[in-house]
Formats: sequence, structure tokens, C-alpha cells
Amino acid sequence: MDKLKLAEQSLINENIPSFKAGDTVNVHYRVREGEKERIQQFEGVVISRKGSGSNQTFICRKISAGNIGVERIFPLFSPFIAKIDVKKEGDVRRSKLYYLRERRGKAARIKEKDQRNLQGAAEKAHKEVEQKPEPKTEDQKTEKAAKQEKQVAKDQAKKEAASSEEE
Amino acid sequence: MSSGLIGKKIGMTNIFDEGGRNFAVTVIEVQPCVITQIKTKENDGYEAVQIASFEKREKATAKPQQGHFEKAGTGPKQYVCEFEGFDLEDLAIGDELNAEDVFTVGSSVDVVGISKGKGFTGVMKRHNFSGVGEATHGQHNRQRHPGSIGQASDPSRVFKGMKMPGRSGNERTKIKNLTVAKIYEEGNLMMVTGSVPGPNGRMVEIYNR
Repeated sequence: MDKLKLAEQSLINENIPSFKAGDTVNVHYRVREGEKERIQQFEGVVISRKGSGSNQTFICRKISAGNIGVERIFPLFSPFIAKIDVKKEGDVRRSKLYYLRERRGKAARIKEKDQRNLQGAAEKAHKEVEQKPEPKTEDQKTEKAAKQEKQVAKDQAKKEAASSEEE
Repeated sequence: MSSGLIGKKIGMTNIFDEGGRNFAVTVIEVQPCVITQIKTKENDGYEAVQIASFEKREKATAKPQQGHFEKAGTGPKQYVCEFEGFDLEDLAIGDELNAEDVFTVGSSVDVVGISKGKGFTGVMKRHNFSGVGEATHGQHNRQRHPGSIGQASDPSRVFKGMKMPGRSGNERTKIKNLTVAKIYEEGNLMMVTGSVPGPNGRMVEIYNR
């Protein structure tokens, strides 16, 4: 399996930014018309990401003129993709947002991720990691000891109960 | 006959060509293959090169084979086979052949391997029969059956070789005319378009066309 990954490494385009379902992206897609080549933009919400390694696709959904939903499936590492811009990061709770297909207008909005909160959370986590290690191990030890004591007590109770039943 | 090498099927993925078209490809590991014997007209009656590849434990190798590999100056190998298409003049016993020496990107190859065993299967899977047509009009429980297997009193027997259910798969299979899509020197890997017989990890023989 590792050898397969090694082979796929050369096929992966590292310039493509990381994005998730719920993010709004602008895909710059190369279109060939006869001999001319021009770039077409497709901006929409990513509603699904699929696949692994060099074999990944994502579905982008936008509401076009006339209130019609348009979805396009892009291979992530297609040579036709010139650039992907991540416009917004969405705050969603699932990896596939197919429920957006049944919604219109205001109901189809996606909450944007609160960047300030994100930063705050990251700093907090960092601090906690710095402080915690020592007390954590002690806590674990005491917890373990407490558990063991409880177990012993339980076993004894069981034994007593069994002996009383026998009597 | 044609030259070739021994490989190991790693798995499948897909690639884009320069025109942007997407192809399914199989990744094959081709470790440096060692020439263990050269057969000549005078000695053996025909010309061929015996090639071995992929390390094997010495303990799992019979003594006569160990001796054979020792003569070529290598350790025991898993897979040994003969190729007739090599030019014998510039080859010697003990030489190593790499994928980039034998194959070129864009050329066509045949790949031989032992296909996945399917067990006991019916005629639809085994011989591509279409089954007994309809589910209604008085028929029941025979939708995947072979139908008639012959006539009545003349010849009053079933001809030999009649296609019937049985064990399928697990046999030597050649897939012809695959294209070499890529060769990686690092990791000893190559890619051929399309699929290759057998499960991942099985040995295959790759022949130039």
C-alpha cells in the first residue's frame, strides 16, 4: 500500500489549498475553445469531498441566474484546474451537505466560521498543553488507584453476597 | 517472442495525460531482475534468458535452487521465468535489468498473471451466458440457468467441452496491448494503463509487444 502512495505522490498538485465541505471556493477552470484557451470561474459552496490520494473529487454547488441550482464535480488534481481560491470557511457539522439541495434562499445559507473564536480556541489549547502535562499524569495515577480500590471493594461485596446466599 | 521483466501488482489509481484525459492505471513494482541463466542453441536447442526477481528467505528455498542462485551471484528469489526476446550478446549471468532498460514510456506491453480465483460459479459469470430469459410465463427459479445442453435421442449424450458451471478464475491470463504510462526509477515502480490479472501483491510477467 505504501508503494501505491509513493507512486501517487508525483500526481498530487501541492499548490491546491486545503478546504472542506461548507467552504465557499472559486475554481478557475481552463476551457479550450478550438485552439484558444481561456479561464472560466465557478464560485460556489463545496458540498462534498470524495476519494483519497491522487484520486479525489469535490462537488461545488452554486445558485445561478433564475434561482437554479448548478452543481459541478471537479477532479481535485485535474490539469484543467488553474487555481482554487478559498473565499469563506463554513461552519458545518457534516461532511456531505446534500441537504442544501432541498433548500432555497435564506434556508440554504451556511454559517461562517468565526475566525476570532478559532484563534482564541487555538491559543487556549496551546496554553493548556503547556500547563497540563505534570498534573495530568498525577490525576491519571490517582484515578487509576481509585478505580482499583473500587474494583476490590466490589469483588469483596460480591464474595460476601455469594457466601451469604450459600448459607 | 519478446523481452520483458517480472513485476508485482501494487494497486490501481488514475492519471491525467497531457490532453487532460483521465486514465485508469495499474501500479506495478519492478525490482531489478537478475539474469540467472542464459540458454543457447548449442546447449539447450533454443535461445532464452532466465530471469529471477523478488527476495525470498534462504530457509524457504530448496538446496538445489540455492545452488542455482549462487551461480548467478545472488540470493534466493521468489519468481523465475524465461524471456526469449532479449539480445543475448550484451548480457551475462548475474546482470541486473531495470524497468527503464527494457520498457519505454508510451510503448505497448502484454501482462500475464494468475487471475483471482472465483470459486464454483454458474454459467452467467463463468461463460457470459445471458440466463433463461423471462421470470414470468410459467417459469420459476431458473433465471440464471444454462437452458438446454443438447438434443434428445440423437445424439443422446452431452458433447464434450459443453460450457457448464464450475471452478472459475485462478488461471494464467494474458491482458494484451496495455500502454506503459510512467516509469519511476525511485521505488522501482511503473504504471500501465488498464487493469492487470490477479489481486494486489501477485506476481506478473510483463512482455514487450
